Order: sequence, then C-alpha cells, then structure tokens
Amino acid sequence: MNRRQLIVLAVLLLAACALPFLVSNYRVFQFTLVMVYSIALLGLNILTGYNGQISLGHGAFYAIGAYCAAILMDKMGVPYWATIPVAGAVCLVAGFLFGLPALRLEGLYLALATFALGVALPQLLKYHHFEKWTGGVQGIVISKPDAPAFLTGMGIPLNQDRWLYFFTLAVALVMFWLGWNLLRGRVGRALVAIRDQHTAAEAMGVNTAIYKSLAFGVSAMYTGVAGALGAIAIQFVAPDSFDIFLSIVFLVGIVIGGLASIPGALYGALFIQFIPNIADDISKAAPWAIFGLFLIGFVYLLPAGVAGGVRMAWARLQRKKQNP
Amino acid sequence: MDAFLHQVLAGLATGGIYASLALALVMIYQATHLVNFSQGALAMFCTYIAWSMINAGLPYWVAFFLTVAFAFVLGVVIERVVIRPVENSSVLSVVVVFIALLVIFTSVTGWIYTYTIKTFPSPFPKEFLANKFISPHEMGAICVTLVVLSLLYAFFRFTPLGLAMRAAAQNPESSRLVGIRVGWMLALGWGLASAIGAIAGMMVAPIVFLDPNMMGGILLYAFAAALVGGVDSPGGAVFGGFLVGVLENVLGAFVIGNELKLAVALVLIIGVLVVRPSGFFGKVHVTRV
Amino acid sequence: MALLEAAGLHASYGLTHVLHGIDFAMEEGHITTLLGANGAGKTTTLRALCGMVKTQGEIRFGGQRIDGRATEDIVRLGIAHVPDGRGTFANLTTEENLRLGAYTRKDKAAVEADLERMYGYFPRLKERRVQQAGTLSGGEQQMLAVSRALMLRPKLMLLDEPSFGLAPLIVKELFGILRTVNEKEHVSMLVVEQNAAMALDLADKAYLIETGRIVLSGAADDIKRDDAVRRSYLGY
Repeated sequence: MNRRQLIVLAVLLLAACALPFLVSNYRVFQFTLVMVYSIALLGLNILTGYNGQISLGHGAFYAIGAYCAAILMDKMGVPYWATIPVAGAVCLVAGFLFGLPALRLEGLYLALATFALGVALPQLLKYHHFEKWTGGVQGIVISKPDAPAFLTGMGIPLNQDRWLYFFTLAVALVMFWLGWNLLRGRVGRALVAIRDQHTAAEAMGVNTAIYKSLAFGVSAMYTGVAGALGAIAIQFVAPDSFDIFLSIVFLVGIVIGGLASIPGALYGALFIQFIPNIADDISKAAPWAIFGLFLIGFVYLLPAGVAGGVRMAWARLQRKKQNP
Repeated sequence: MDAFLHQVLAGLATGGIYASLALALVMIYQATHLVNFSQGALAMFCTYIAWSMINAGLPYWVAFFLTVAFAFVLGVVIERVVIRPVENSSVLSVVVVFIALLVIFTSVTGWIYTYTIKTFPSPFPKEFLANKFISPHEMGAICVTLVVLSLLYAFFRFTPLGLAMRAAAQNPESSRLVGIRVGWMLALGWGLASAIGAIAGMMVAPIVFLDPNMMGGILLYAFAAALVGGVDSPGGAVFGGFLVGVLENVLGAFVIGNELKLAVALVLIIGVLVVRPSGFFGKVHVTRV
Repeated sequence: MALLEAAGLHASYGLTHVLHGIDFAMEEGHITTLLGANGAGKTTTLRALCGMVKTQGEIRFGGQRIDGRATEDIVRLGIAHVPDGRGTFANLTTEENLRLGAYTRKDKAAVEADLERMYGYFPRLKERRVQQAGTLSGGEQQMLAVSRALMLRPKLMLLDEPSFGLAPLIVKELFGILRTVNEKEHVSMLVVEQNAAMALDLADKAYLIETGRIVLSGAADDIKRDDAVRRSYLGY
C-alpha cells in the first residue's frame, strides 16, 4: 500500500473512532450495521467477485452465523464476544461443505442452486422439529451487551450502542486486514485465474477444486461473522428476516459497491443501509424498486461499481495533473 | 386409497402449472442458454393486471385473453429493451439483470396494489367436471394446461414460424443464412414464455391467493421441474412439471408434512444438478475452451 | 454489369486483419471458383459477402451496394450461402431443413414443387426426409446443405469447400449436379475450394487468393494449364 492509501486509511480510521461521540445513538447503530454489512459483502465478493462463483443464497450463511450467536447466547449463556469465532468456524465448515457439490455446478446452475437455497431458507428455519433451538416463527431475542467495566471505569462515555460500534469496528478491521492479505497474494491471484480462465488455470497446476471450495468456506465464514455481529446489534433473530431478499440485498451491495474490490464492500454497505432509510418515506416498496433500477443501471453503465467509478475518476485526475 | 388418488390428482393440477412455467423457462433457456429468474415475478404482475381488469367489471375470459396479449407484448419489450444489451455479457451480468427485473416487478406490484392478500376468481363453475377427488378449479386448471401445451406443440411442430423459432434457438448462424431474423425470434420466444407464465399465474391465483410474493415457491418448483426433465427439453419440462407436482403433494401429505415443501424443491434441484445435470430427457453438454 | 463485384474489400475478426483489399467481379450465369491454401482468407471472403464479418470497402450485388447490410437482408436479395461445415440444423428433420431454406419465400405452391425437385436431384434425401439431419452422413449433409440453399431459388449461391471430407466419387456426383443447376436454372455460383483440380473443372473463371490478397485471376481453363499454378496449387 502506498503512502496516499495509508493516509486515506488513517483519516478514515480517525473519523470512524470519533463518529460515535458526535452523533445520536440511532446513527451509531446504523453505522454499526454498515460495518456488519461490509464484512458480509467482502465475504460474498471473495466468492463472486474474485472467484466468479455466483451465490444468490448467501443470506443462508448470514442466518447460520446469526442463529449461532443467538442460540449460544440465549440457550447456553456464552458471552457475546465468544460467539463470533464460533459463528465463523461453523460457517467456514458449512461453506466448505456446500462448496464441494458446488464444484460440479457452473455459473448459471450454481446461481440456480443458491437461489433455491435462499428461497427455501425461511421454511427450513421455521421447521417445527428445530423449534426447541431456533425458537420457531417467533425467533430468539438477545440482550445487548454492556461495555466492559474497566473501560467505563476510566471515564470513557461508552454506552451499549457505542461499545457495540467499537467492537464491530475492531472485528471489521481484523477481517478486512485478513482479506486484504489473502487477496493480494498467491491465493487472490489463483482465485482470479480460476474465475477468468478455469481450464487454463487447471492446466497451469492450480488446484481449482481446493481453491473453489476454500473460497466458498472463507466467504461463508465472513458472512457468518457478519451475521453474528448483526444479530447482536439488532438483538433479535427470526426466520422471516432471512428470506431470499436478504441474499438479493447482498448481491445489490457487491454490484453497486464494486465487484472484486475491497473498498467496494464499504461503498455497497453504505448503499444498502441508507437507501432504504431514505426511500422508505416514499413507500414500503420504493427501496426495492430503487435497488432494481440501480442494479440494471450499474450493469449497463458502471459494471465495476462505485469502486470502479472512483478509480476512473482518480485516474482521470492524475492524467489532468500530468498534462495541464 | 381415496386420499392417495386425491393427492395424485391435485398434484397433477398444480403439476400442470409447474409444467407451464417450466416450459416457459425452457423456451428461454433453449434460445439463450439463460435461466429467467424473473419469470415468476412477471407472471405474478400480469395476474394482478388481470385482477384489475376483472375488478373494473370486465368478464373473466375477456380479461384473461387481454392479459395474455399484454403479457406477450411485455415479454417482447423486455427482451428487446432490457435483455438485448446484456445478452452477450458475462453470466453474472445477465443474472443480475434478471434479479433486478424480479425485484422491480415485485416491488412495483406491491407499490401499486399494496401487500394485502387478494382473492382471484375462478372461471370454472361448481358443476365443471365435478368429481369427488379434486375441485372444479383444479380440473379446469388441468384442462387449460393441456390446451395451452397442445397449442404450443402444434405451433412449434406445424407452423413455419414455429419452425423458424426452433431453428433460431438451435443454430442462430445457420438461421441467419436462410433469412430468419434471429433477434425477433428471440423476442417472440420471450413473448410466448411471458404469455404462458401469465396463464399459469391466473390458474394458480385462485388456489394460493394473490400476493406479490405468490410465485416465489412456484418458481422454485418450476426450476426443479425443468431440471428434472432436462433444461433444454420442452417435453422434459412438461413431464418434470407433472412429476414434481405429484411428488410434492404425495410427499407433503404422507411423508414429510406440508412445512418443508420448498425444501423438497431445493433437494430436487441440488440433487439433479449434482447427480444428473441433464435431467431425464436433456442432452449432455461438452464445453470446449 | 457484373452480378457480384467487390472493390477494395477489407475484412477483420476483431483486431486481426484478414482480407487486404480484394477486388473481383462475377458475371451472371457463371461458376467462379476462389482457390487458395488453408488460412488464405477464402472462407472470410464468403462471410464478408454475407455480412457476417466486419468489412471495409464496397460490395455490389446487381449494382446495389450490400456491404454493411445484415445477413438476413442479404439473403432476401437472392444470395444463398452454403457455409463451411454445412451449417445443418442437426436436431431438425431433413425435410424441415429444406423447408427452412424457403423461409423467406411467399409462393407456397412453387415451394412444394421445388421440394420435389430437390428430392429428384438427391433421391437419398427423400429416403431420409423424416430422419434427424444430424444423423445423415457427411455426403448426405452436404447434399442437404446445397439443396437447402437451392430452396431459396437464389440468383447467386456461395459454396464454402463443398468437397470437404467427401469421397471423390461423391464430389464428382455433387459437382455434376451443381453444373446442371447452373445451366438449367441459371444459378450463378461462387465456389471456394481447396481441391483445385475438381474446382477448375467445374468453374468458368478462377481467382487465387493468398494471405488475404488476390494473386491471380483468369479463365479456369487457362489457369488449369498454367505450369506455375499447377506446381504450386495442383501438386503435379
């Protein structure tokens, strides 16, 4: 990362740390969700953007992570921070296991299978045999964690929302750092090679089967971690919040934000969190109509998403500087 | 035994609807190698249009045929305006456009008509082929499905336009060499698929009630049917539809209960894709680099 | 006025420039052959004439410019193309393939008569009329491709390597029928061939193309007798 990028990152970090003390609790909550979604979107982007495997069912992994956190906290009294790695591990395995049969499915067929998963998910979650654990249609309510005593004891004004914000920020930083390292190295190149020219990649000795299944697993892990964080923030999990439209929202996020782009995850998360808030005033249906129109618009006009747009604008600025 | 027969016949009734929708999916797949994820939402939207017409006082069958015509035109317009620009783009781009259509049609319907559930009338009177196993509407749905399927078969098999559409779907380059306007054949295919979808929607609405999300599960079953039958085989799609309909009802009533019906579709889809992707009647594809 | 002329015809596939300014002219009623080695640009020339490749330069058919027009429109002007690889509709029946050749025609009775005429030229096709075209042998598919083109009642027929993969006796039979059709029905033909000897026997005029440029042209008989050509292209 060059100096310019480091400076931008530092400024962003500073702003992010100052934010919770400057805005209302509700806004803090919203920005916490932005970070949650950006982790989920980074996960989906690893699979679909970098590796070319289309998933229309990632809501399922989000749900698994969310239910992991909820069940561990509500039924087994596990502290909230411990549920995150568990959710991640469970989803890593689940994603890898799903990735194995998915190896046989190309592009469209994988989209179809994951779409089916997304549509069937709420029914699976409501199944009465699991009700003892999942709470059935009513779902599970979680209590919001307090900031650790040693910090509030020092006089830092950390209410529940602010604490959760910083906790999520810390997890997000770790996840993004991990992802950045993964994607800029050999693994990232292998994933992209598999996406662009599958047979050639195999012929060059890339073990496509392992990479593709791992991509699924890692992608699911990210989304599962996001799900757990989201559940804690919202304090509630219920089957109907995890329908096909959740998976579609994630798709919207990575297309708008920018495929195969790490900052794209953040742009996309901002979009999917705040557009519904603005559009809700018009009508309950309006946000979705806007999502749909933006999707089509971006596919035609800005296929590299906002991240691509930013890159192009920056490049144009650089050229202007060199040729005054 | 009576109960079993009832489930089988009811399964054939819904199976006919799955078969129609699966056929619409296969028609588009054959011509473009794309699966139209928005087929259900389009059908649902057209069914609402029909509801508006009936509510405005139009007789059922007038509204029915006007809706079919509307659906046809809508399909043609969508293909020419929305799909054409991305036809040759990456799979992801096309999938995203289909999902966008799904989302737009669902939300626009919700916006105009609200999300409260509405009833949709059935044109089949109580005496229609009355029997002790299934309702007059279910009998009627089977009849309508069979009529539509026969008309389609006759169209493709015996008319020059049908032949041209089949040719354009199989071999666009050779089709151009005999003067077929392949782009318009594609648009026609979309129009027909959309019309079939609208008919399926109008047949199923009296059973499941009108609601913007009504076609979601049905679309899933149609996918399963198309895959089971072979995603590039129209006959297979029809066979798959009836098979899936009966399976859904019989398994739902006697084996797993009604709660997990969508899970059945999911298992079928993944099972077919993993074990035998070409389905019963489809062709095995070899990809060349 | 020539039936078909090309002036300064360039063609490219994407960034690859294949034809470098071709000029030629075909008279009505003639059979003209375009000879050349593999990769010389023969198939590209035919595809350029039908609007299937990006072109620059002029192409005139019966005095009208046809460069830049869509393939489907060029067909309606009376040009039938028997493509490289035959372009059979493999999943349709033999008869369906033939009927598709007449897709743009409106004179139904004449179409039926033409169908019978094709079966007259190629009785084996009649035997297999309801068979799936993909199951026909190579020779039969070539006959089908030629018949399909003839069903258009074209003024000009473009044939891309009709002898490819066929036994010499079948080629002789096929070329005999082409000669008959040309004489009796006044269908002009542009035949692209690698099999120079048989093509020069069939044709009236010949062009030689090498890496996208015409290097030789003249009456087929003269070229057949030319020693240099014989050694380079006919192999004896």
